[in-house]
This record gives sequence, structure tokens and C-alpha cells, in this order.
Amino acid sequence: MSDFAFQLLLTFDATLRLATPLILCAMAGIFSERSGVIDISLEGKMLASAFAAAAVASLAGSPWLGVLAAIGVSVILALVHGFACITHRGNQVVSGLAINILASGLTVTVGIALFRQGGQTPPLASAERFRPIQWWFADGLDKVPVAGAIYRELISGHNELVYIALATVPISAFVLYKTRFGLRLRAVGEMPKAVDCAGISVNWLRYRAVIIAGVLCGLAGAYLSTGQGAGFVREMSAGKGYIALAAVIFGKWRPVYALLACLMFGFLEAGASRLQGIDLPLIGEVPVQLVLALPYIMTVLLLAGFIGRASPPAAIGEPYVK
Amino acid sequence: MPVLGGSDGRPPAIELRGVSKSFGTVKANDDVTLVVEAGTIHGIVGENGAGKSTLMNVLYGLHQADTGDILINGETVVIHSSADSIAKGIGMVHQHFMLVPNFSVLDNVMLGSEGGMLLKKGRNETLEVLDRLEAEYDMSVDHDSNVGDQPVGRQQRVEILKALRSGARILILDEPTGVLTPQEADSLFRMLATLKDSGVTILLITHKLTEIMAITDSVSIMRQGTMVAHRQTADTSPQELAELMVGRKVLLQVDRGISTPGDTYLSVSGLGCQSRKGARVLTDISFDVRSGEILGVAGVAGNGQSELLEAIAGMRAPNDGSITILGKKITGQSTTDPEKMRTLKLAHIPEDRHKHGLILGFEARENSILGYHNTALGGTGRLFDRTAVTRHCEALMATYDVRPPDPALPAKSFSGGNQQKLVIAREMDAAPKVLVVGQPTRGVDIGAIEFIHKQLIALRDAGCAILLVSVELEEIIGLSDRIVVMNNGRQVGIIDRDEADERTLGLMMAGIAKGEAA
Repeated sequence: MSDFAFQLLLTFDATLRLATPLILCAMAGIFSERSGVIDISLEGKMLASAFAAAAVASLAGSPWLGVLAAIGVSVILALVHGFACITHRGNQVVSGLAINILASGLTVTVGIALFRQGGQTPPLASAERFRPIQWWFADGLDKVPVAGAIYRELISGHNELVYIALATVPISAFVLYKTRFGLRLRAVGEMPKAVDCAGISVNWLRYRAVIIAGVLCGLAGAYLSTGQGAGFVREMSAGKGYIALAAVIFGKWRPVYALLACLMFGFLEAGASRLQGIDLPLIGEVPVQLVLALPYIMTVLLLAGFIGRASPPAAIGEPYVK
Repeated sequence: MPVLGGSDGRPPAIELRGVSKSFGTVKANDDVTLVVEAGTIHGIVGENGAGKSTLMNVLYGLHQADTGDILINGETVVIHSSADSIAKGIGMVHQHFMLVPNFSVLDNVMLGSEGGMLLKKGRNETLEVLDRLEAEYDMSVDHDSNVGDQPVGRQQRVEILKALRSGARILILDEPTGVLTPQEADSLFRMLATLKDSGVTILLITHKLTEIMAITDSVSIMRQGTMVAHRQTADTSPQELAELMVGRKVLLQVDRGISTPGDTYLSVSGLGCQSRKGARVLTDISFDVRSGEILGVAGVAGNGQSELLEAIAGMRAPNDGSITILGKKITGQSTTDPEKMRTLKLAHIPEDRHKHGLILGFEARENSILGYHNTALGGTGRLFDRTAVTRHCEALMATYDVRPPDPALPAKSFSGGNQQKLVIAREMDAAPKVLVVGQPTRGVDIGAIEFIHKQLIALRDAGCAILLVSVELEEIIGLSDRIVVMNNGRQVGIIDRDEADERTLGLMMAGIAKGEAA
């Protein structure tokens, strides 16, 4: 296998790892927004749960307990969002922003109080975080040309949360399009009144949607601090929640399209880190800052110009009043 | 309690005893009593705000009554939500359809009665039920296409099928013909008759008295939240119903007098418009309106009338053709806006008073000079002369009977009829030579309708050229001297008022030019 192809394979491998939190958050966003609740608090929920996962993993010594804590914290924030937006018909963007600000401040404050390390959690030991799992025969298949390398680098060798993230995509699609819950969820985001008139509770449906979003964001946060990283660092979500939201819109609120958008953003990020310090023909060496900003610039460009006629759920952002 | 003749030994399908419902201090329903015999078509009439919709929402579980009993098929029931009423076999066809536009017909019918966690089984069942219902009641629909892409008449069928699918034996229809052509309405009534024959009880809410007379067995009349009378349809007349609704004598037909058309004031020639997305919304519209004449524009809502109004009022630039107002020609090249149009002595009463006619949060006096605020009405200096504006508004309110006559009240605090009168007062007071009016009596009660119609006739007699757009055929036929019929952005034809009846117009509204039918 040529060196270039191998580099590309490694980039794809990194893409998958970088896209994982995006995918989880994007699925969260799809559930919430399809029900008609704008979720800009993906970022805050992810950040808060990243902290919860690292803190509990560090204190209790188990990454799975960390995941549970992450989901718990994220669902609580989701319920706060729901209480403000669904029960009290508040402005969904304001509520989301409030949660983001809250998470940004609270994680650092609690972090300092608990660990006295400037808002970080202590670095997690191997047993306290999710480690890559080697699949069967990963090394045995090594002799098989191309497929062996792909199997070893790309398919095998990720941690549980990566596979869970990938599994959420078909599951989300199935739930949305093949189940009663999905039909009602999509209907409530388009025309809540029709759902109410059919004798179904609009609020309960929306609550379930934001709770699902909470669970998924919790997984994303846990992945950041106990899967991808080894401990919590302040502001470690770094806008990924917003990029995931962009992926939701870019993916027209559909799981599979959103997955593709997440992979594209992941690939840009993976590519960006590989472009650093490399001389490109004609252009020369691209400044590091520009390379790192690339995914964000792409997000703006794609949202501004390329998404075309994406029509959001008709009732998105509107509290339901009988 | 008047005794209503039951057709058989069944208990009444619906019985309401002393139902009251208040919103804040407003009594929307006050001690309402109603008996609907099983297997009949029962009408409920009343003006806007009489409490019909509230009553139906109570019955359908969208609101809860404060006091009173509801009996379904002779049993007292408690209805907390739509789910309860659906379980009791009540189905509702809403005025604004409760359908998800970008869902397929099948998914819409299924919503709420999916028959299990997964959709697959329910889909097949629903398809079977749909096929059976469609055969039984002769109302075919395409199951797979999106509801939003279907004509409104078809959407309404979906709504009815949805109610029947969820097991409804009592069907409530709220203003079902508001958006239908006369032919579609006829087909709806045939459907309702079939449903009645198969034992379904139908409750029809409408403000159109002709419909009550045509298809109901009995009728109840509401006024200001109370039930004022019950009648057997055979024993009553539209005149009596109108008087019961309003509480005084009313003229159903305006005395049109004789019109004496003069010179052409407004001339539209080869007018064409495109939407912002490039779709054609108006094609080749040509007509003249003379001084002292009302030209009516008939058509089902959404067939280009709104765009026509906007083009003439200067809110939309024409792509082809021209509009000539008192000799001044306006084409796509001319830069125009509503204010410039007003300087040509054109006034516009928009069809959507909330969107284009008023600023709801502004006071009545501010609204009373809206669009004329740069003229002397707003004051002669650089600043607004608030005293003059207030006096102007007071004068308008007195002349046009706007109630309450308080210039400082925000526009949103007036009832629909009084909001409309405020807009009409403002535009008519400018003494226009050309007046374009859209839906002058939409959401307005009968008393105000009578007043508005009289004002339009008076302005016509004063020599104004009036273009009247309305989806109410009775209004068009009652007021116009000539009638343009529009379909799909084109004009199907122009006919004299004397040759116009609902049937002829209905066919033309469906796009069939006069003479082609027969």
C-alpha cells in the first residue's frame, strides 16, 4: 500500500474519531428539532456532560459510571430546556444560550472546587477511560492487501462510544420513519395542532424528544473527555455543538444526510491537522491558524450558500398554544 | 326546550346541558343547551364571536367547560382532551385543516390511530380501511401524494376520512365550505348526505344561511355566547335566521340601486406577474373599470386574486403588461410603490387587514393615517400633529361607526368588524377615484357587513371606480356590475352581473369558460 493511500486511510480513521461527538450531537439535534424545539444547547449539554463524565470517572474509577453521570447531567439540562420552552413557552434560542453559558461557567467553577487544578479534571488513567478495542483477527488479517489495513485501521481499533455513535444513525432513522413515535414526532414539529387534535399530547412528545437529545448529548460529552481525551479541559467542546447543529441543517434534519455532513466536517478537521506545516504545491505553507479555522469557515460557507432549499420543520421554534 | 323530532328510537347523539365557558372575564359560552338527534344533520349558525367555535372545541376536548354536562348517545361523559372525544366517536373537520402538509395522505390518516408501535402493520390496515371507506362513500384520494400538494377539496376529504378512520360516528364540520368552489361544496354535501344515510350524525357550523337551508334537518342559532333559538329547518327562513343571529332586522341583500358608469378610471392590460421564485402567478389579465362601477373578481382563494390586488396597489411590480390609472400608465419599468399609487387617487383596502391594513400594536389614530402620514393629515410641519391626527380619527370613527370610538386604543383591541371599518374609513375618506378592495367582509359580523356594503355602494354612486375581490360569491353577485372570474392566475372571462349565477360562476371558477360547459 502506497504511503499516500496509507496517509489517507489514517485521515479517514481520524475523521471517524473526530466526527463521533458531531454525530451524537447531530442525532440529538434532529430529535429535538424534528419535534419543533430548537436546540442550540447541544454545545452546553455536551460540555457539562464531558465534565461530569471525567469527574465521575476520575473519582469512581470507571468510565461507564462516567457515562451514566454524563447522561444524567445532560438530561437534567435538557429537562431545564424543556421546562422553559415547552411548559413555559419560553424563547428556545434564549433558553439554549442560557444553558450554554451556564455549562461554560459551571464546569470550570465546580472543577476548581472539586479538583483545584484550574478547572480541569486530573488526567484519567487508562482504566478510567474508554480504550480502543481491537477486533478479532485485526492483526491476523494484516496480510490481506488493502482490506486488511482498512479493517485494522478504520473499522477496528475504536472505542465503544464510536461504534455507539455510528449505530445511533440507523436507529434514529428507524425510529423517525418506521415507528409510531417517529410519525408523531415528525408531525408535532410540522403541525402540533394536528397532533393535539388527534388526541396526542404535544408537550409529552416534545419532552420525550428533548430527553432523547439529552441522552445523546451526554454520550457525546462522555466521548470528549473519557474517549477522545483523557480528562476534562475547560471549553473542550470548542463549538462542536454548533457544528453539529450546522450538520443537522445541512443534512436537512435527516439522520443519514446529517451523518454525511458530520463526516465531512470530521474529515475537514482531520485534514486540517494533517495540513499543518506541509508545503502545498502553488500555495506554499498554509498558516496553522487558517488551517484550524477551515472547518468553521466551511460551516459558514455551507450554511450561507450551499444548503439550498432545506425546509426546516414548519413549527420549529414556536411554543404550542392551544 | 323545544322538542326536536328524533328519526328513530335512539337517544340524542349529542346533548349539552347548561354548558358555560369563560376566558378571563369574557363569557364565550353562557348556559348553552343543545340537542342533536342521532342520524341527522344539525346546523349551528351565529356571527363571528357568537361562541360556535368555543362550543365545538369544548365538545371536541380542546377546551374544558367550566360548568355543564355533555351527554353522548344518552350517557354523561367527561371530555378532558381530544383523545377522550375521539374515543366517544366524535370526529372533527376543522376550518383550517388539521393535516400535516408534507406528510402523505396515508400518514395523515394514520396519525393518532397507528395501531401499534411500528407503522408497517398499521399502514396495511389503514389502507384496507381507506379502500373500504372510499368505496362506501365514493371519495377517492391518492394515498401516497403529499397532502399539501392536493386541492383543498381533496384535503378536506382526507380530513373526513381521518375522522372516519378513527371511528367517528358523530362528525363536526367547522365552516367546511369556506375554501371550496360551489361544485366542490356540492360534492361535499352529497358526501354528507351519504354519511347521514349510513347513520352518522353531522353537526355543521357555518355562517352561510343558504347551506343551512339546503342540507340541514334542524338548526340552532347562537348569539353572544348564548343559544337563542332552535328550529326545524323546514319551518324557518334565511330571513328569520339572520334576524335571530343579529338580534334585529337586517337586509340580506344590499339595495344596489342603479349604477351609471362613466369614463374608464382603471385599465389593466395584458398584466402578468411572477412570484419571487419565478413561478407565474398572473397571466394576461385585461379589464377596465369605469367611474361609478363595481367590477367584481370571483375565484377560489389562491387563484391570483391576491397578486392582482397587490399589483394594482403598487405592492408588486408587473412583469408584463400595464396598469393605467386615470391616464397614468404603470409598467414593470416604472418604479412604483403604494404611496405613489395613493397620489394617483387610488385607495387600497387590503384583503389581510392584520398583515397589510393595520399595525396591530399601534393606536387607532396612528392607524387612521397609515399610508397618508406624509400628507397634510399627519400635520403640516416636520412633526406629527397629534391633536389633528386624533381629531381626524375621531371624525372617521363617528362617520364609519367604529366602536369603541377611542382613538388611543391599540388596533388589536378592536373586534374584527371594527378593525375593518377603521381601514375602510381611512381609505374611503381619502376620496379615491379608484378603490381596490380585497375581502371587505372577511371575519366581519352580519351587522357590519351590511354597513360595509352600503358604504361601497355609496362610494360607487359618488363616481369611484371599484375593483372588488372576494371569495364570497354572494357578495360578488350582490354588489358587482360586472364580474371577472379568475382561475390559476388567468382570467376565465368577464360576464355581466345579470348573466351571473352561482352555477355559471362556479364552473368558471373551476376554469371552464362560459359556453364550453353544457
